Amino acid sequence: MNTIGWPTLRSLNQEGIVFAIAVVLFLTAAIGLPGFIDPNNLVAIVRSVSVLGILALGMAVVIIGRGIDLSAVAIMAMSVAWYLQLLNSGTPDGLAFAYVLAGVLAIGLLNGFLVAYADVPAIFVTLATGSFVFGYVRSQLITQDAVPVPQGHWVELLGGLRLLDIPVEVFVFAGLAFLFFLFLRYTKWGSYIYFAGDNPVAARNIGIPVRPMLVLRYVLSALVALIAGLLTAASLHSINTRVVNSTLLYDIVLVAVIGGIGLSGGRGGVRNVLVGAALIGILLNAMTIIDIPLLYQNLIKAAILLGAIIVDGIINPRDEQTAQQGDI
Amino acid sequence: MSFRERLQSWRYNLVPDHVVGEILTKRWTDNAIPFLALVATLAAFGSIIPGFFKLTALQESTRQLGEFSMVVTGMTVVMLGGGIDLSVGSIFALSCFSAVYVFFILEQSIWLALAASLATGLVFGAINGYLVGYLRLRAFLTTLVTFIFGRALFDILVTTYAADVQLSDATSDVLDFIGDSTFWGLSVSVWLAIILAIVTHIALTRSRPGWHVLAVGGSRRSAHNAGIRVRRTVFMTYVFSGFCASIGGFLIACRLSGAGPGTGLNLEIMALTAAVVGGVSLGGGRGSVIKGLMGAIIVLTMTNGLIRLGYGTGTNQMVLGIMLAVAVTIDIRWLKNRHKVLNEVYVAPVYLKMGETQSAAPGSGTPYELDNRLSAANHIGLGALEGPEDVILDRDDNLYCGTRLGEIVRFFAPDYVRSEVFAHIGGFPLGLAFDKSGNLISCVGAMGLYSVSPAREVKRLSAETSRSWTSIVDDARLRDPNDCDIAPDGRIYFTDSTKRYDAHDWALDSIENRATGRLLVYDPKDGSTKTLLDGYRYTNGVCMAHDGKSLFFAESWACRVHRYWLEGPKAGTAECVIRDMPGYPDNINRASDGNYWMAWLGMRTPSFDLSLRHPDMRKRMTRRLPQDEWLFPNINTGGVVKFTEKGGIVEAMGDLTGGAHPMVTSMREHKGYLFVGGILNNRIGRYKIAGADPNWTSPVSYWGAKP
Repeated sequence: MNTIGWPTLRSLNQEGIVFAIAVVLFLTAAIGLPGFIDPNNLVAIVRSVSVLGILALGMAVVIIGRGIDLSAVAIMAMSVAWYLQLLNSGTPDGLAFAYVLAGVLAIGLLNGFLVAYADVPAIFVTLATGSFVFGYVRSQLITQDAVPVPQGHWVELLGGLRLLDIPVEVFVFAGLAFLFFLFLRYTKWGSYIYFAGDNPVAARNIGIPVRPMLVLRYVLSALVALIAGLLTAASLHSINTRVVNSTLLYDIVLVAVIGGIGLSGGRGGVRNVLVGAALIGILLNAMTIIDIPLLYQNLIKAAILLGAIIVDGIINPRDEQTAQQGDI
Repeated sequence: MSFRERLQSWRYNLVPDHVVGEILTKRWTDNAIPFLALVATLAAFGSIIPGFFKLTALQESTRQLGEFSMVVTGMTVVMLGGGIDLSVGSIFALSCFSAVYVFFILEQSIWLALAASLATGLVFGAINGYLVGYLRLRAFLTTLVTFIFGRALFDILVTTYAADVQLSDATSDVLDFIGDSTFWGLSVSVWLAIILAIVTHIALTRSRPGWHVLAVGGSRRSAHNAGIRVRRTVFMTYVFSGFCASIGGFLIACRLSGAGPGTGLNLEIMALTAAVVGGVSLGGGRGSVIKGLMGAIIVLTMTNGLIRLGYGTGTNQMVLGIMLAVAVTIDIRWLKNRHKVLNEVYVAPVYLKMGETQSAAPGSGTPYELDNRLSAANHIGLGALEGPEDVILDRDDNLYCGTRLGEIVRFFAPDYVRSEVFAHIGGFPLGLAFDKSGNLISCVGAMGLYSVSPAREVKRLSAETSRSWTSIVDDARLRDPNDCDIAPDGRIYFTDSTKRYDAHDWALDSIENRATGRLLVYDPKDGSTKTLLDGYRYTNGVCMAHDGKSLFFAESWACRVHRYWLEGPKAGTAECVIRDMPGYPDNINRASDGNYWMAWLGMRTPSFDLSLRHPDMRKRMTRRLPQDEWLFPNINTGGVVKFTEKGGIVEAMGDLTGGAHPMVTSMREHKGYLFVGGILNNRIGRYKIAGADPNWTSPVSYWGAKP
């Protein structure tokens, strides 16, 4: 792997370029924008990308294994919305949490099962389950778009937690990033993900349990989404299910892809997520300070994502030999 | 017959098991599931919602259907080309806005608005096409991003100009006409959608660009190797999709006289679900516009029905999610497993109790008793021939035979050492016969009836007969033409052994033992082919009787020989002349002494005869055992039998060593010698017949001395 740092000609890869752009952007903003370099703003930047980064960690694991999880945002918002709804209607906390955890695991397992054992392309499975999760929870389990956190509940307290004036989600993001780093780098199962993402058929031929590992990835992604949802609810004191229809999902993909995790699988790691999250965090914060309307921000983000996908397509061209029918 | 056997015969001979397999081979079964889903959906909602089928209600929902099905048509074409277009919702919305902007704000004519609308769609489609087709990016993610991009753009435009549109007082009769009026009960948008669907369907199925789309979707690499411009074809599918979505957008602009934040929302997932539910395959190549339309009706009925039933926010997404997941899974599993299911159910054995037979064992004293005479035959073309099923000699004593390689090989008289490829036909040339003018007529396995002129020109005479009304499998095609012979009037009588299996799957036909063999006649005068007899167990050799008034044909798996009358009081009927032989008969040819030679391709065994009485056992065998462990007719020993016109057996000879001619599929007498061929043998045998007429030849016997 190449080292991060000032890119020499030899180590000029996407990750390095993006890191350099992030640094340049950071310096430009620090000089040009009033209030950008303020410590409070820097904390705000890190805080704003924490949830995005956590979701991107789950997405990264799935993408490295040559999949994608389009249901992540739906799971994030709807699981927590259901949890809060249960609490508000008087269900005991433990029982409510058990329900929600079971639901999240079930969706993760369903995603994994359909992708691994029914051979349905991940993109369709997760598109369908995402739509289903949103529709089912919204129409059957909750009554309005936004569900507030009950007074005095631990989720609310979690949102107020500070350490050295830094909000708790930053630590959660850092901790999860470290755990994922250990998992991907030093465990056998982590290596399996890279093998399967690089060439699923070859991985299967040498005896790697490709299918159970696939299921594991989608379950992991679903659990990560639940954590991200709890943190969101903690900081906002409610969860708004309309987030499912926003562009958050594409921001997650953007963070992963722009950090240099190739969509054809087998490449990248936690560091790429951090780099991608840094760039997007700085960018979003700068755009907010310049006071660009949200609609235009979406346009800019979409343009950047399109550029990232084009670059990704050129850097990691699709391998016609291992690409499968219906892998679109 | 025991009670168990009677039950078995009823179960396996009366229940038409084979129909299931034959239906599954049909391509239209792909349409059956979406069609049933369509009927079920309409029936369900029609019965739950009062007044669902009322004309006014239908008109309102069909207006929406017109716009939606256009988008689905575009999506279908993209999916057939192996891609996907998620940006249709954005294109739809932006085109709608373009029309609204040009008409209401610029206050231009409606036609200019239409042009702006189409231009928007085409440009957007071209961008998608360039990215996916030429840059070869992933279709799903790329169009997802262009979708977000387009949506963001649309949201900005709508919030900026919404008020201006409200204040505009532009009106147009054309706009009202397109938006509101109906023709024969259907709104303009529906008519346009129908026209678009018909044109697209014809273009896809009957034009070169359409075939290119299907070829690229079916197999990108093969299409590229075949010289199709894959990238341009993919590009064009996206442009077309953009075009379709923009017409839809224009229509909704006319209908609603404006554009709002909800325009085209969730349209992409609806269109995708519609296409997949209709049965358009992901990954391309399989599907049709009609399927897309069926899906569109299902999806729209579902979503509208749920709204009218009063279910709340999110129900649509839930139902769409379930439908998409189920349809995609069924599509993938069906594509993957269809041929497996087919293999499982296609072979449907029937019950048959073979009659008691006389022994053919050496020393048994029966007329069928085999001896070892054929092992003394000289060999021709040893090691150079593969599968000489039939042999024949011309007036100049040259020897011809077909081979497994699709060729007819000629060995030159007098020593038959030198040989050449007389003609290359392809397939597997089986039965041979010379007609009056010296053309070599051949039944080519898997292809049809062919003629090779003395100048070696190959001509197809017939590859099909008339189709019968009751058959599910296409029985017009000749699947296994086996042997032919020519009547004095020039008509060619030939057999087609089975309707259900291709020539190389003859073993499966023997295991199934279903009577589907036919006797056919080709008339060279008008080039027609007619089916004379049907329902025999593997019709095989054909031989014109010496007087030319009847013919003999063999029924291999039933071990019988029949006589079919061409003239006389019994004309057009067949009677069985030899039954319950100990061997499976193959080709039949004339002998010099007025009798007939018949080849035995193999011998009956008690074990296989017993298995014919146990169709359940044979069914299990074909499903559970690998092919090389199946029990099927013994073809390791055969022989040559001479029989009289009345069906009496004169003599039988064989090769008991199994070294030279273990099985025999044909023999031809020529100037005192018998030439012996076998489909699994690597040589032709030449055997001197004791006491045979040394001057008798088959061409003279058929067509007289040389003119």
